[in-house]
Amino acid sequence: MTTDTTFIPLSEIRKPPVPNPENAPTEDIREVLYELEAAGELIVQRVPEPYIEVMTKYGRTKKIPEQMTWHHKSCGQCGHIPGYSTSIFWLNRQFGMNYVDPYDQTSCTAWNYYASATSNAVAQASVASRNFAAAYATGYFPMIHCGTSYGHYKETRMELAHHKDLRDKVRDIMGKLNKPLVVPEEIVHYSEWIHAMRDRIAQRQTLDFTGIVASIHPACHYYKLVTEDAIYDPDIYGGQRTATVTGIVESLGATVGDYSTFFDCCGFGFRHILVQRDFSRSFATQRKIEIMKEEANPDVVITHDTGCVTTLDKSQFAAKAHQRNVGVPVLSDAQFAALAMGAHPYRVVQLHWHATDYTALLEKMGIDWEKAWAEFEVDLGRLERNEIEFLSWEDADAK
Amino acid sequence: MSTTAPPAAFTAFPGATISPNTYVDVAYEDKLALWEEVKADDRFPDYLYGCYECGICVASCPSARFYDFSPRKIAQAAAREDIELIYEQMNDDVWNCSQCFSCNRCPRQNSPGGLITLLREVAVRNGLGTAKEALEGYGRVVYKIMTTGTQISPDMLQPDAFPDWGPDVEKTSDNLDVWRRALPPETLHTTEMSWVVSEETLIELYLIWLHSDVMDMIAEADEGLHMIILDVMEETLEDAGYEI
Ligand code: SF4
Ligand code: SF4
Repeated sequence: MTTDTTFIPLSEIRKPPVPNPENAPTEDIREVLYELEAAGELIVQRVPEPYIEVMTKYGRTKKIPEQMTWHHKSCGQCGHIPGYSTSIFWLNRQFGMNYVDPYDQTSCTAWNYYASATSNAVAQASVASRNFAAAYATGYFPMIHCGTSYGHYKETRMELAHHKDLRDKVRDIMGKLNKPLVVPEEIVHYSEWIHAMRDRIAQRQTLDFTGIVASIHPACHYYKLVTEDAIYDPDIYGGQRTATVTGIVESLGATVGDYSTFFDCCGFGFRHILVQRDFSRSFATQRKIEIMKEEANPDVVITHDTGCVTTLDKSQFAAKAHQRNVGVPVLSDAQFAALAMGAHPYRVVQLHWHATDYTALLEKMGIDWEKAWAEFEVDLGRLERNEIEFLSWEDADAK
Repeated sequence: MSTTAPPAAFTAFPGATISPNTYVDVAYEDKLALWEEVKADDRFPDYLYGCYECGICVASCPSARFYDFSPRKIAQAAAREDIELIYEQMNDDVWNCSQCFSCNRCPRQNSPGGLITLLREVAVRNGLGTAKEALEGYGRVVYKIMTTGTQISPDMLQPDAFPDWGPDVEKTSDNLDVWRRALPPETLHTTEMSWVVSEETLIELYLIWLHSDVMDMIAEADEGLHMIILDVMEETLEDAGYEI
């Protein structure tokens, strides 16, 4: 129950009509891009078939490729919570999807840009275009792991479409790299792939999640930047909030624990998480975790971006030391879905990189985490003794 | 109907100020030049359409809850072209912003967060003292992203850097090499960058930094850092047959 009397759960609000794309208040950026392509200004990389169609905020249709995807990894996921990226790849492998995990990829560099401003529009668009061109050269379509890369690339694509001067400068730099100026037809976030695949993921579910209450944190850069490109669904929150993440949580049979500060950010702050963490810690715990606990008492927080998992998870240790009302594990939708499909909690989901105690959650999911950890320790022993160089995908799924 | 004239600050638009001038030693022309630089950015017209002064942005803003900071004031100062106040904000306020873009829900279609990105960028490009201060302690991150093409490396997880994240940080750093080898994706088998970036890719990234004025911005913000980054880039590029 909420203690905030002004908060009305969306389930109590009458369902508004499904939006008509004809009445969208913004232009369809894809139309602008096709025109620029016809004028020879740039190349638009098309979404490969087969794709799944989903609805975005103003009722337009977005194509989500099933496979032939070029996985644009995330700095924070790969660096500090690598079970996030590993789970995304594991899900793709479970469905036999053809994908590339490239070495020819840089960061979008937007975390640094939003933290330090030591860059500019031309450099940011060139970094994006270099990555897009690298994907295009392989014939695989960019699948963006990071919410900030996704948001920043949506903005960058908009800027490239609208500003000839920027296009000319970026095309010139791409020319120096012997690369074309190419932009994807859709900017696709991995959580959109999970959303589009949610029924198929649920069909392969091996654990019962009906007893699990999950609070959702929608990532700011997913739906607040170029808002019209995010997935909305009339059957989820009456189409009034983004459907991404909530869709998969509901499909897996868990209960969504709604709370009043869902719109608030996590407190990541880009520069704050690295050099002013007093802000991040306070905001994450006092405006998110404590409110969730008070209003929904969830078993887990599910979100879909690097910074959100990091901030919401890691901030709880210091708050606990101050006897605050915290202590909720934080996972990405990819990790949650992977666990539901029977992924190993350490070999695949790599929960040992997370800070907040998750063992009660695993027990509620029916996972024997002590047995799983013992298995993982055997793997670690083999690695330490150099009996194996790396843990392979086959090792990860060994029974 | 009131016959009292509104305060001069509201009638002498644009260029009037309602702020006490806290940076008297900086010439008005210099402050104006910085503002003109902000306005010259292609993105500026998309970020500011005016301001209803409704405060919706403030209600959404995480930094406004924590600091003496207001996206409404940023938008208002910009809409009024209050040069003194803009300069003050460029120095004292913009680094508090979390860049979450919650303020994009502005009913006037402004992006106060976007304006702040531009104000920060101009502050860095012109080497403002407060921008340098804000970037102190951040140089190693700029170095990491510009030289490795990834921002976060596993070996950054050290207990003295993240004491507030609990004892697990030490556990991670103690087991780093083995834990990284226990990751099935091959690209993650590194402790020095987020994932392994190919040499060819790094060369292309360095060329982007060199051809897009970013190195000049770094030089303004931190001369020492600029030299270190340039050294790394020069060595790699020269080995690959490029001349800087
Ligand atoms: S929400 Fe927009 S119109 Fe309202 S105060 Fe903020 S910037 Fe001004
Ligand atoms: S982008 Fe900055 S100003 Fe806007 S809501 Fe976020 S913290 Fe506040």
